[in-house]
Amino acid sequence: MDRIKIATVWLGGCAGCHMSFLDLDEFLIDLAGRVDVVYSPIIDVKEYPEGVDLCLIEGAVCNEDNLELLHQIRARTKILVSFGDCAITCNVTSLRNLLGPKNTDQILQRAYVEAADTNPVKPGLEGIVPRLLPKVRPVHDVVPVEHFLPGCPPPAPRIKAFLTNLLDQTPALTGAQLKFG
Amino acid sequence: MTLNDLQETKAKELATRKKIVLRCCLAAGCISSDAKGVKEQLVKAVAEAGLQDEVEVRGVGCMKLCCEGPLVQADPSNALYIKVTPDNAPAIIAALKGGKVALQQADPNSPFFTKQEPIVLANCGLIDPERIESYIAADGYLALHDAIVEMEPKDVLDAMVKSGLRGRGGAGFPTGLKWGTVAKSPGARKYVICNADEGDPGAFMDRSVLESDPHAILEGMVIAGYAVGADQGYIYCRAEYPLAITRLQKAIHQAKRLGLLGAGIFESPINFNIDIRIGAGAFVCGEETALMASVEGKRGTPRPRPPFPAERGLFDCPTLINNVETFANVAPILRRGVEWFAGIGTEKSKGTKVFALAGKIQNTGLIEVPMGTPLRTIVEEMGGGAPDGGKIKAVQTGGPSGGCIPAQHLDTPVDYESLTQLGSIMGSGGMIVMDETTRMVDVARFFMEFCMDESCGKCIPCRAGTVQMHHLLVKLLAREANARDLAQLEELCDMVKNTSLCGLGQTSPNPVLSTLRFFREEYEELLQPDPHAVPQLAAKP
Amino acid sequence: MAAKTLTIDGTQISAENHTSILQAAKEAGVKIPTLCHLEGVYDVGACRLCLVEVKGSNKLMPACTTRIYEGMEVTTDNERLQKYRRMTLELLFAERNHVCAVCVANGHCELQALAYELGMDHVRYDYCYPKWGVDASHRFMGMDHNRCILCQRCVRVCWHIEGAGTKNVSGRGSKSHIISDLNEPWGNSTTCTSCGKCLLACPTGALFHKGDTAGESLRDRSKLEFIVNAREKQQWTV
Repeated sequence: MDRIKIATVWLGGCAGCHMSFLDLDEFLIDLAGRVDVVYSPIIDVKEYPEGVDLCLIEGAVCNEDNLELLHQIRARTKILVSFGDCAITCNVTSLRNLLGPKNTDQILQRAYVEAADTNPVKPGLEGIVPRLLPKVRPVHDVVPVEHFLPGCPPPAPRIKAFLTNLLDQTPALTGAQLKFG
Repeated sequence: MTLNDLQETKAKELATRKKIVLRCCLAAGCISSDAKGVKEQLVKAVAEAGLQDEVEVRGVGCMKLCCEGPLVQADPSNALYIKVTPDNAPAIIAALKGGKVALQQADPNSPFFTKQEPIVLANCGLIDPERIESYIAADGYLALHDAIVEMEPKDVLDAMVKSGLRGRGGAGFPTGLKWGTVAKSPGARKYVICNADEGDPGAFMDRSVLESDPHAILEGMVIAGYAVGADQGYIYCRAEYPLAITRLQKAIHQAKRLGLLGAGIFESPINFNIDIRIGAGAFVCGEETALMASVEGKRGTPRPRPPFPAERGLFDCPTLINNVETFANVAPILRRGVEWFAGIGTEKSKGTKVFALAGKIQNTGLIEVPMGTPLRTIVEEMGGGAPDGGKIKAVQTGGPSGGCIPAQHLDTPVDYESLTQLGSIMGSGGMIVMDETTRMVDVARFFMEFCMDESCGKCIPCRAGTVQMHHLLVKLLAREANARDLAQLEELCDMVKNTSLCGLGQTSPNPVLSTLRFFREEYEELLQPDPHAVPQLAAKP
Repeated sequence: MAAKTLTIDGTQISAENHTSILQAAKEAGVKIPTLCHLEGVYDVGACRLCLVEVKGSNKLMPACTTRIYEGMEVTTDNERLQKYRRMTLELLFAERNHVCAVCVANGHCELQALAYELGMDHVRYDYCYPKWGVDASHRFMGMDHNRCILCQRCVRVCWHIEGAGTKNVSGRGSKSHIISDLNEPWGNSTTCTSCGKCLLACPTGALFHKGDTAGESLRDRSKLEFIVNAREKQQWTV
């Protein structure tokens, strides 16, 4: 059997899901025996490659870069997994949606100007800092997603169970393994 | 009051009638175009012409051809003046003397009038709704006398069963059966409620009846109270009908004064009181359990049935609740006989039905036709078709709970079963005609918005489901939806229909379902291509 | 005591006359999901999660308010019911702002638990993101409307166990919300006895003790049952 090509991406999230992934400890070694990690924030690859088998997506779709990358991922990946609450429900990242469609200016002003101790300036370098989307969206609202792995973050044993299930084609997660939060 | 008194009142009223009567419509529609001014000027013009002894100017209820109001009709010449202004008064008086006067007139022998069979609207536009004598002169309260003095309650129940009358509020439950259940339900106290919380967009049948013939409702309710063993009635009327409420209050006061309501009706031991309860603008209070909660002073939200109101209703007592039009049928049935009534209409739908004809149609107004009349007769012959030579596309019946019947089904007879088969309902009688300029998805969105705003918020499918359905319809109309969204809309329709608590929620998807059934292409035209049309679902590495 | 025999999911059981389907099923060890039912107060049939199929009826019946009868055949679980229940939960999650990760009830929330029990792993509807505030005017209790599912448990315990009548529902449709007195800040309420029963009743994190942080709102519903049993059945032991 060919080695499976796995990618993990980090959209609008806190990286907690990736931390939890690293908490897999020695299972990571088992995993390394069966898969190739071809794209991830924890490896040095700039371009999302073609022919990826499985992609774990952390975070919600918050800015134009997230959106572009996600479409690229969908086109180049067999199976997408919404990895963690932000990807599935938008979670904390979506709290700005409560402020309505003109929230982006408001939150940038608040975070980078009002709350700044030094050098208060709104990030707005066109073409360098990606623009925020007017509304934070869950991954499955943008592209079809095959699997959902909830949790904030998903605990390591849950990630392990999920990956084992998927690799060995055993039944998917059920019951409390699907708990949000 | 005895039968003798009743007959004397009638005789006296008829004896004082003048030779010529100018009936002036004083229902809410015509009043809003200055019908009161018209009546005032008519009275003045009569006085100026010195015709006080020959001509009576009578304020009456709805004269049906609402789009042409204010209306004035002369008896016995039958001339029907339309769009009358106060300035026209002298001309109308002049016309009484045979003078040729250029006034706008409508043909009282047009199909709009001749195809009608007034039972509920028999007194509408003829009697003065503010004078009980006027109602008595039209044989009013005779049926009540017969019921209380000459019939046992069970005879009245029998008559209602045999008449085949079905509830006119929309669902068409057999009235006799309902009355019988309340009569049989054990309880020291029972109630009769008249549901006058008419709220469907475009519907004004009940308002017209209340404004034009309030005593008919009172009489029907007292007979019902006698039949089921109740001594207290409530009329639950929406606050948006101030004129109806005023006339009802006046009618109750007059009937009490004559001993036709209150204690010892027709000098019998029978008591029956009627109080008015005024709604505060919630559409859901037309749903019977929500209505009863509202009468009790609680928040107007429905509760699961059973128990049905007939067993446990208002204040947990057996309660009979019927719609305005249903009660209006009661006295005529007793007065003219069950055979007469059962002879009108179709096999399963007896009698007549009042409709408020509105929308893209020449003759907007109030009509009453025998059950089984084809829709085509109503909209094309009586309604005169679409204005400006347009083509009729669909007819919406049943308000937000109903559906759209497409033009190819116009030959459908109007009865409970036929309309249900077409995915609509009889409803309370709103009939909105649409021509080819109407976009059906717009119509569905309009009704969905209505249901969303009027959901009481108690059960989740109706409260949150209508929000999502409305959202999807807006998305569709903005050309931002794809086939997956449409599938989701249909799935939600099915879910909300099957899981909502009350009729309002259960029927809220109907406007979508019925327009999807007959006008699916209008939805599909709006769909955008789905960039991910074939998701690789469940693919395994 | 008259007993009735009925079938629930193919198993014959018997239960006391006038029992609800929900109660009969519970006694027989069959769990029917619900969010608005609460032991000790009357049922309202609002959440529609306990809808079951009853043979002979073409409508789904709420298990909490439908009484059993002799020979009744009830199906509490099948594909169709599961689908409707999942959709109901999705509608709830989309309706207000439920952020489990930072909620006081995380891990003790009936909505959250039902979601995973019924396999709801994502919400297909667009989130509504309504603007709801938090009423933190009471001395030691708070009400976060963002997390409210309008089950009305708080209203019922307030009126029918405590008898204070502070909590009520105001508004229509999706604008319905729980109010104190005549829409006063909770802290200004002259009727609230600060008994805290509403907190015990709340299935989510909508009502909470001030000072509770994420995941700290534990609810001991048995206290409510104890009060009701003590009052109605004169049972003074748990």
